[in-house]
Amino acid sequence: MTYQNPAQTGTEGQFEPSERTPVVELQGITKRFPGVLANDDIHLAVEPGEVLCLLGENGAGKSTLMSILSGMQSPDEGAIYVNGEQTVIADPRQALDLGIGMVYQHSTLVPTLSVIENLMLGASEKLILDASEARERLEQLAGMLGAEVDPHARAGDLALGQQQVVEIIKALWKGTTVLILDEPTSMLTPRGIDELAKMIDSLKEHGLAVIFITHKLHEALRMGDGVCVLRQGRVAGRLSADDLRSLDNDQLQERIVSLMFGDESGELAGVAELSAEVRHESGHDPSAAGSGRRQHAETATALRIRGVSLAPVASSHGLHDIDLELYQGEILGVAGVDGNGQRELAEVIAGQRDADTGAIVLHDGATEREVTGLGISSRQRLGLRYLTDERHGEGTVRTMPIGLNLLLKRIGQEPFWKRGAVQNAAIRSYTESVIEAFDVRAPGPDTPIGKLSGGNMQKVLLARELAFEPRVVVYNKPTYGLDVRTTQAVRLRIREQAERGVAALVMSTSLDELLEISDRIAVMSRGRVVGVVENGPGAEERIGEYMVGEVAA
Amino acid sequence: MLSEQLLTALIFGGLAAGMPLVLAGLGELVSQRAGVLNIGVEGMMIMGAYGGFVATLATGSAGMGFLAGGLMGAAVSLIMVVLCVRMGLDQIVVGIAITLGAEGLTSLLHAVQFSDTYPRIGRTIVLSIPWLSDLPVVGRALFGHHPIVYLTLLAAIFGTWALQRTRTGLAIRAVGERPEAVDAAGVSVVSTRTLAAMTAGVGGGLGGAFLAIVNAGNFIPFMTGGRGFIAIVLAMLARGRPLWVVVGAFLYGLSVSLATALQLVGVPIRTEVVFSIPFALVLIMLVLFGRNAYLPSALALPYHRGER
Repeated sequence: MTYQNPAQTGTEGQFEPSERTPVVELQGITKRFPGVLANDDIHLAVEPGEVLCLLGENGAGKSTLMSILSGMQSPDEGAIYVNGEQTVIADPRQALDLGIGMVYQHSTLVPTLSVIENLMLGASEKLILDASEARERLEQLAGMLGAEVDPHARAGDLALGQQQVVEIIKALWKGTTVLILDEPTSMLTPRGIDELAKMIDSLKEHGLAVIFITHKLHEALRMGDGVCVLRQGRVAGRLSADDLRSLDNDQLQERIVSLMFGDESGELAGVAELSAEVRHESGHDPSAAGSGRRQHAETATALRIRGVSLAPVASSHGLHDIDLELYQGEILGVAGVDGNGQRELAEVIAGQRDADTGAIVLHDGATEREVTGLGISSRQRLGLRYLTDERHGEGTVRTMPIGLNLLLKRIGQEPFWKRGAVQNAAIRSYTESVIEAFDVRAPGPDTPIGKLSGGNMQKVLLARELAFEPRVVVYNKPTYGLDVRTTQAVRLRIREQAERGVAALVMSTSLDELLEISDRIAVMSRGRVVGVVENGPGAEERIGEYMVGEVAA
Repeated sequence: MLSEQLLTALIFGGLAAGMPLVLAGLGELVSQRAGVLNIGVEGMMIMGAYGGFVATLATGSAGMGFLAGGLMGAAVSLIMVVLCVRMGLDQIVVGIAITLGAEGLTSLLHAVQFSDTYPRIGRTIVLSIPWLSDLPVVGRALFGHHPIVYLTLLAAIFGTWALQRTRTGLAIRAVGERPEAVDAAGVSVVSTRTLAAMTAGVGGGLGGAFLAIVNAGNFIPFMTGGRGFIAIVLAMLARGRPLWVVVGAFLYGLSVSLATALQLVGVPIRTEVVFSIPFALVLIMLVLFGRNAYLPSALALPYHRGER
């Protein structure tokens, strides 16, 4: 099926007369789920050569709206116009035929297939696959994006940035006129984000319309020609290209924050994700961040890691001679691109993995306790805790209630078990107190944890690791994938614990986060700690230099 | 001890004994690659055996028997298609139910139809390929089988090619790993899996029919004796490659044939020991290659659009 380039049709849209017909227009889209109004009377339009940013918190209805546009779900009310004609999009195939290409938040590549096979999937008109024809198309689209892709690489072996290039090429395959990108930056490095921005620019030049979904304000301002803010399923407000040009950054930020969060925006001022924009655009010194820093010189050591190594394997760089010292009440950040040994280090400290060499020593005042040979639960009892980055994987048992997940690491221990018998009343009252104290939004203590949102699940995990006298806590990507509000709550907890003397090792791929909360920041690269930087003026630049390897370790 | 005649019998018997597993294993492999774990293949085999036997007995034509066996297997796999692929019920539960149900049903039908007699069907035609079948030892052993044997081997080669090089093969490989990707690409997950599950039914049915028509020449209740489960294992150990199913099945066939040969020669070993050789071999294969088994990520998981 071929479609006219909407830029050439010249006919005016029936409903909103403008110079050009919008490629896609949504009129009064409403979608209800049991108990939730996911989309409420949404109006949107995007024109060729325009990047529309859809901005909103998690749960604001962005993804539902886009799954309606891509045919995965159908709206309860409202109409969709493609190139000025009303259409019903019944399934993904039809969306593709209409020229709507979608890059989902979660990868839709089949990891065991090669790049070219992934691209041919669903695209081949003929029964017998024609790989050479597909390669030509791949080269053409890669050229248009200014990217290079090996057609025979296994998709699962590609770096995340490369996978995303393949996803975009796949979405463009059938002559797409609107490209929807759902939170495309969530798995990218800062450099990857720059490259993505360049690709979006070149798509714009080729006359494509792009809908860019994000919950990060600075990305919306950077990528978008227009910004549409969603809150609780409604369009809370819009900023046109003129607004973006005429207002300065502070004004824009203030305006968008108030649209995104309504009345609550006041209490969220100063959150790194929001303030990052100001620094990014105006080159402010990062010393504004990290206001909670303390001097650790006088305080005592809490944890010492000496010469810890782990042999590299195919899927991991391993660890190489890691030496780190962590002081009581200190927050030590660990920066680095994901997959450079952060998880391995965290698991070695927690006891989930044995190091090949080296020692881990827990200090308590004058006493030292080597924990290298101890198991997970002994370390747990000594106050050494690990907040995993796998909320859904090793973190929780989805089908079990919140209470049991809270006590997953203390099964059989008093007072929740007595002589092997579970004490339901004790568990229930404990769970209720945690739900209250950690502000977990849940129907009740018996709700299976899998039914909670990511943010609430993370609060439960945090409560689990911070209960019963923690002394050293390893936080692995503690705010990954959370909305701004929960992110802030989690950071407050980490700070609060540090003020009580609990030492924290915070691994994060967000440098903004580390600059905001850490006292010192260690940089990891290829399984090594390549440098440790005091947080303060100039820290960001020095960390950047360590990350790209300009400074000798 | 290994006379030329014995060697011929050994190889000939190995090919014949391995055939039911080749057929069932190939179908099972296609099904598994698409993410449908067909535990019911044992049931499809016994239904195919019964259907194939009755049709051959009635018409006197083994070809009609194979047709009936294949159709029977396909019909049983429709249960799997409706309940598992379309309605998303648990594949393992449905598969076990199919196996138990089919075993019971065929026993009952056999008892009603033949009471306690076990009528035999005549010898089936064999293809004697000129020149090749005159070669010493391997001539008769390799080139004197029923035509379906050669058709099946061609099907294995064709299947290997089709999985790699056709649109449908690509969709089958993808749907077993990440069905949401297939859905998002605009290919129907349900149709792809339906096709794959039906292939398993036809394979199982034909395998059962071969067992009854060629191997045994009659029908006995429960005659499949766990071959369907061995086919499931073979498909898993083959890591998605059809030709490895053929190799594994013939290895099994050879060990069955060896057991028979040892009996004939009169080696002083107890029959029970001799007849456990094939099963011991399967166990050894599992221990040696078990860790190489590859299962598609979405195997046995029903797909519902929009769920994560």
